[in-house]
Amino acid sequence: MMKDTYGTLAVKAAMALIAALLLFAPFLFQDVRAIEVAARICIFIVLVASYDLLIGYTGIVSFAHTMFFGFGAYGAAIALRQMGPGWDAVALGTLAGLGLSLVVATVIGLISLRVKAIFFAMITLAAASVVLVLASQLSQLTGGEDGITYRVPSLFKTATKLAVDEEGKVLRWFGVRLNGKLAAYYFVFFTSLVLFLLMLRITVSPLGTVLKAIRENEARAEAIGYRVVAYRTFVFCLSALVASLAGSVYSIWLKYTGPDTALSFAIMIDILLMVVIGGMGTMWGAVVGAVLMVMAQYYLRDLMGAASEATAGLPLLPELLAPDRWLFWLGILFILLVYFFPRGIVGTLMTRGVRA
Amino acid sequence: MSGVMTRASETLGRFGGVNLLPLWIALAAFLLIGVPSSWVTLTVAGLAMGMMVFLMASGLSLVFGLMDVLNFGHSAFVSFGAFVAATVLAALGGWLDGGPLLASAALACALIAAIAFGLAAGLFFERVIIKPVYRDHLRQILITMGALIVSEQIILAVWGGTPVTVPRPAFLEGAWIIGDVSIEIYRLFAFGLGALVFLGLILLLNRTRIGLLIRAGVENREMVESLGFKIDRLFIGVFMLGSALAALGGAMWAGYETLITPALGGEMMIVVFIVVIIGGLGSIEGTLLGALIVGLTANYVGYLAPKLALASNMILMMAILMWRPSGLRPAVK
Amino acid sequence: MSLLELRGMRTDIGQYAVLHGIDLAVPEGGTFVLLGRNGAGKTTTLRSIMGLWRPSPGSVHFRGTDISALATADIARRGIAYVPENMGIFGGLTVEENLILATARGRFDGARLKRIQALFPALERFWTKQAWSLSGGQKQMLSVARAIVEPRDLILIDEPTKGLAPAIVAAMAEAFREIAQETTILLVEQNFNFARSLGSNMAVIDDGRVVHRGTMADFAADKEAQGRLLGLSA
Repeated sequence: MMKDTYGTLAVKAAMALIAALLLFAPFLFQDVRAIEVAARICIFIVLVASYDLLIGYTGIVSFAHTMFFGFGAYGAAIALRQMGPGWDAVALGTLAGLGLSLVVATVIGLISLRVKAIFFAMITLAAASVVLVLASQLSQLTGGEDGITYRVPSLFKTATKLAVDEEGKVLRWFGVRLNGKLAAYYFVFFTSLVLFLLMLRITVSPLGTVLKAIRENEARAEAIGYRVVAYRTFVFCLSALVASLAGSVYSIWLKYTGPDTALSFAIMIDILLMVVIGGMGTMWGAVVGAVLMVMAQYYLRDLMGAASEATAGLPLLPELLAPDRWLFWLGILFILLVYFFPRGIVGTLMTRGVRA
Repeated sequence: MSGVMTRASETLGRFGGVNLLPLWIALAAFLLIGVPSSWVTLTVAGLAMGMMVFLMASGLSLVFGLMDVLNFGHSAFVSFGAFVAATVLAALGGWLDGGPLLASAALACALIAAIAFGLAAGLFFERVIIKPVYRDHLRQILITMGALIVSEQIILAVWGGTPVTVPRPAFLEGAWIIGDVSIEIYRLFAFGLGALVFLGLILLLNRTRIGLLIRAGVENREMVESLGFKIDRLFIGVFMLGSALAALGGAMWAGYETLITPALGGEMMIVVFIVVIIGGLGSIEGTLLGALIVGLTANYVGYLAPKLALASNMILMMAILMWRPSGLRPAVK
Repeated sequence: MSLLELRGMRTDIGQYAVLHGIDLAVPEGGTFVLLGRNGAGKTTTLRSIMGLWRPSPGSVHFRGTDISALATADIARRGIAYVPENMGIFGGLTVEENLILATARGRFDGARLKRIQALFPALERFWTKQAWSLSGGQKQMLSVARAIVEPRDLILIDEPTKGLAPAIVAAMAEAFREIAQETTILLVEQNFNFARSLGSNMAVIDDGRVVHRGTMADFAADKEAQGRLLGLSA
């Protein structure tokens, strides 16, 4: 067994740190915004990791990942809205999302049998855009552009008290209220953790080895005896299911689901950026990518706003530095990374500092 | 299932082959629509739209056929073409009302500006974005996607997010009324221009040495190199041509829609890809065929079953792929 | 000085080392035959000369100049033509178009054209037809014709008789003999009987190395060597 490189040790240390920060987030960061950021990070770690399973481990490029995320999110959301805030709605909605994702993923996967692998990416793109339009057209069900709000099971309601003190007021630990919001956060955290560990387990299992073999040299894998098409369809369905679950959990956390939180191409682009920045083909890359990007989304914009004002006199620069244009800079970063560091931060780190 | 396919193929073959598919679609639509005047309007719209999409898509098809490069950023040229043309037309706004000669000059300036921008942007794009990732399909998809994102942001930064109105020359406004039928003049113009470009491309490909090299290169790059031709230089030229055509398509589209947003590129991207897939990669004839089919279908379905309109492109693509997995008229390989 | 010299040529394709050090000297004039079993590295050798795969380390010298670092197009312009194993003709182009691509200026030399049409009459019949409609043998002829449309110093030919009918093979041999009179041919072949009638010098490649070299006359007489090196029975 080769000893881990220094880089790998550094990455693992960083992972442990991030896990700890997320675990104790409500206690470490007392403001509301920070909890939102933390929850979003958890969800996106799962979303990006499931995408990495596709693109990094099996070498499949798909633009339909957000679509499956949306299926899960809207499934739970619609169920909660129609059936009221009960656990039966949660279960039914989540299952509906999973079912739809499985069916669609299988259909798309089977189509890839008949066409060149290259067309697959384009087909997923077309499918995702059709679903996007459908969602805005079926506004009775989905709330169209505005999305839908709904109540969630009482366990997660902010007003719910998990424990009370002598006076009947909600108990505080280290200054943090033990209320429904806390419960909701840990719901998000632990489901994300479980899903992430599940995918990690898959990548080191025999299945993971087969996937890597397919990515390296498809013809050879086929020659050795692996039904490549079956494996690819399987992985595609699996990642779709995980994305769907992530969507359901997210929709319960947000108490709102709309195109911009669950279906838009902006999310797909975010996923791509995260997986490239973090590093394809390493589950840890998903963690790093998600953390960096989500933090950038929230905090970079403030920075850019300041920079934009500072350069007010110059041509074009103020417009490019405006907070709304943060995607421009991330896009440039993305291009540079794909060019210079195709392995992303984690990938490059893990190959550095080889120990004798 | 495949028995049906083969019989369908044979029947189609007897009736002129895939080239006449647009005709059959038009005829089927005629039967379904029933009202001749509506049918004519829709058909003209469909053909015009098809021509403009052909302009946008032909570059992508050639580039992929010749260079084996997947440019997911292709529709950025469409966007830029549209906005550049709109800006020029707005700047020369006075000319547009000053009689047909002056208005034509303004239009010509706008189109030439779009083409010039496409050529320059194409050169930059090929050298900076594409060349570093020549053989790697995965990185090509990613890096060109990144370029698309950056392009859209640049357009947002330069032109802002509000929709831009596109002024048109006076003599292209309005419609010809023949009995019950109303035919928009701009649509005829779009169709005519597109047809001219198509003919020009056919001449280029079939009557010139460069065209010969391109056609040979699409089939077998290695062999062309072994005959002593530096195919790299050909790549750059074809890429620039493709980008210029896309920009021209965008400019024409701007005039068609008269209201453009930075999301234009993203919106057209799906349609362009569907056209290229349906038509088959590497051939202009295939792209034209695909574009006309998509244009006609979109307009007919939009009239007959509006809810299905966007899904119709996808369904069409899947149906054709089931029948011909390489597209209708791919380049011979 | 030999026309073509390969020195210590090693070529890797991906992770696989195919050539393990080829040393070869091809004299000017006549036909030099490269023999060997399937997978021995004969095609790889030709492709390495042409620059389609890069030898490293090792070098290719043409008329004394090291051409191993040149681009394929530049190697071709030095006067080397390549007739690949899969013929490499452009199916969508007509016979005429296929041939005119091989000319420097897009024009045929009248006399040479007549000679080609005399050597390969089928080509004249199919002049304006698209090349995909030609039969296997005709495609092979087209590929060879393309290599001689204009004068070349060296023609690399890879297994031209594979899958062809005996009558066509005989016609091919005739054509090669005529062509070899005014240029040098480096011929890769598995069909020993075809090769023996053409070659003046030869070498055998096995497992990426040259295991035998000499004149064709000597080798043709040495049944033991044929059996050992090519697996031919007596």
